[in-house]
Amino acid sequence: MSKKVISSVVALVMMLSLVLAGCGGSQAPAAKTEGTSTDKAPAASTNAKTDVKVGFIYVGPANDGGWSQAHDEGRKYLEEKLGVKTLYRENVPEGPECEKAITDLIDQGCNVIFTTSYGFMDPTEKVAKQYPNVKFFHCSGNKMAENMSNYFGKINEPRYLSGIVAGMKTKANKIGYVAAYETPEVISGINAFTLGVQSVNPNAKVIVKWTHTWIDAAKEKDAAIAALDEGCDVLAQHNDSPAPQIAAEQRGVWAIGYDIYNPQAAPKAYMTAPVFRWGPYYVEQVKAIMDGTWKASSYLGTMKDGVVDLGPLTSVAPEGAKEKVEAVKSKMLDGSFNVFSGPIKDQSGAVKVEAGKALTDQDVLSMMWFVQGVEGKIESK
Amino acid sequence: MIFRIVKRAELSKKKAIAIRAAAIVLALVAAAVFIFALGRNPVDVYLSMLKGAFGSSYRFREIIIKAIPLTITSLGIAIAFKMKFWNIGAEGQIFMGAFAASLFALHFRDMQKPLMLLIMAAAGIIAGGLWALIPAFFKAQFGTNETLFTLMMNYIALKWVTYLQYGPWKDPASFGFPKVANFSDNAILPKVFGIHIGWIITLILIAAVYVFINRTKKGYEISVIGESENTARYAGMNVRKIILTAIFISGGICGLTGMIQASAVNNTLAVEVTGGVGFTAIITAWLGQLSAPIIFIVSFLFAALLQGGAYIQSAFQIPQAAAQIIQGTILFFVLGSEFFIQYRLVFKNEHPLKTKKEGA
Repeated sequence: MSKKVISSVVALVMMLSLVLAGCGGSQAPAAKTEGTSTDKAPAASTNAKTDVKVGFIYVGPANDGGWSQAHDEGRKYLEEKLGVKTLYRENVPEGPECEKAITDLIDQGCNVIFTTSYGFMDPTEKVAKQYPNVKFFHCSGNKMAENMSNYFGKINEPRYLSGIVAGMKTKANKIGYVAAYETPEVISGINAFTLGVQSVNPNAKVIVKWTHTWIDAAKEKDAAIAALDEGCDVLAQHNDSPAPQIAAEQRGVWAIGYDIYNPQAAPKAYMTAPVFRWGPYYVEQVKAIMDGTWKASSYLGTMKDGVVDLGPLTSVAPEGAKEKVEAVKSKMLDGSFNVFSGPIKDQSGAVKVEAGKALTDQDVLSMMWFVQGVEGKIESK
Repeated sequence: MIFRIVKRAELSKKKAIAIRAAAIVLALVAAAVFIFALGRNPVDVYLSMLKGAFGSSYRFREIIIKAIPLTITSLGIAIAFKMKFWNIGAEGQIFMGAFAASLFALHFRDMQKPLMLLIMAAAGIIAGGLWALIPAFFKAQFGTNETLFTLMMNYIALKWVTYLQYGPWKDPASFGFPKVANFSDNAILPKVFGIHIGWIITLILIAAVYVFINRTKKGYEISVIGESENTARYAGMNVRKIILTAIFISGGICGLTGMIQASAVNNTLAVEVTGGVGFTAIITAWLGQLSAPIIFIVSFLFAALLQGGAYIQSAFQIPQAAAQIIQGTILFFVLGSEFFIQYRLVFKNEHPLKTKKEGA
């Protein structure tokens, strides 16, 4: 290559970058707005209070159509309500990468961190020890420290309600359930759902298909198809992508979503979904940090708090389901209904919870057995 | 347009540097178009990538932590490549090294720290070496294709570790979540100047591999076999034995990476233990021209590219995939330039011999 060519290339690059710099300037990249973003917040509440920058770690893409998106909507809500600056990191694997992702965000100025997947628990705890001045929130786990809260929602309540919808819809009396890992969170969700199903349709079975991932559309679809091939005509899920809902629609059957309310994912199949609304909790917590009144806690949001809910029933949902759901929901709201109140039998038919008794929250958080009506195995103990 | 590809005879250093520089410039221009399409200012993004890679001592440390497994694995691969033994199996060798090290870390939790770490390192090296020996044996004995063989061995190793993590080694205290129990503190490599001791091991290995390849008889024999097996045979070398030894060393070094990553970074065995380094290191070994010191520089720059890419993701809130496209574009051009250093295009009406002289 001759010198002439090189010099003309260099000239071209310089010209291009000048042009691009000129055009791009108006786009105001995020880094530049750093100083101004806090100005949006009401001046009175931020005056002389702790300045916060909030970082989020997601296990999937921020727009995964499920779990991570629910958290990202919470993040946007937080930005909008408090005017604080937020950063996020998506597709972070559950392992040492998570530690690095957290410390990266701290390095970029974050002093409040939300980690939003079960497998982020140990890395979060480890980093929390190294950064005592940063406040941490871990979702769906059970560890706590002076600067680390854990939080989750009582999603089992809306799951039970969605079970009512599924139980009324199924004609085959077989409902497929695409599930991530054999953890108490997932197992208790399957149980709550099954109890809901059986409250309206004692003959219906719930067939569990494990994916061993939180988010992998391909694996979720495979598991959904396996359930459909066994004759299931309603699918529910404890996975993050809408793939099972789409698989159900392609077969002309029905689905219950999860995490966010998104009927557009599969309009002909979508009946409803148990959903999370993290925004108000995020605002409350970050506000407490700004005011200097924050303390680490273990929080389990309820339907009453608005953290969890059942999305509206679509026109695909069975007739009469709305009334049934509303009736149970009002009892849940006034505290007179517990999903896990006896009598409850396990898969072998043995009574696990006697009539008149109920499982405590703690029992549910360590649940490692299936109720009667679930077809599936907890392989690992 | 009709052209042919002709191998270059010899290229002056100056020209080679010019080609590489042009590649980087072109890469930045191509990526700039993409960044611009995302609605960002490319100059800002590039500056921020630099800031993200070198802007603080924390970021610099992170680069080193990323560069450690990359460098060590590249060194291991380079020894095999020098012999034209295409060891694509580093990923599996890292897994097996991590597995063997974990075997001791998990079962002798109370062993004294220095002893424990030495045993773990030895186990990692031996396991990685033995894992590599399997395809080497078949190559030496039956002339099987080592590229496919080593590649397939990766998946066996990956599934083996997956099996352990989801099955027999699953931590009963993790409530069903597939995770191997963490090592005790005795099995975790200590830190020196805020970075785990792997960086010292890396520096020692760079020197050792350099001397081994360039100053020892074995290293010379490896290079001769790489040039021509028949020549080696004619010179009276025991080709089979040299192949097996060299591949054991190559796999052993990769196995050591596994031990270091499991101990210092993961603090346990996990399917994420390799972080894909076994494959990335093929690129860095190749870009490093199989020379130990250059491999170190390339690995360091590569780690900086990764760190910078991660930084712009959160700084500009661009999707992870987009940040990776930028990284990939830069890499594509840099790798592509190596082709133009080795070969050149001859157009139809040009006489190849005439211009060849010019190039020399």
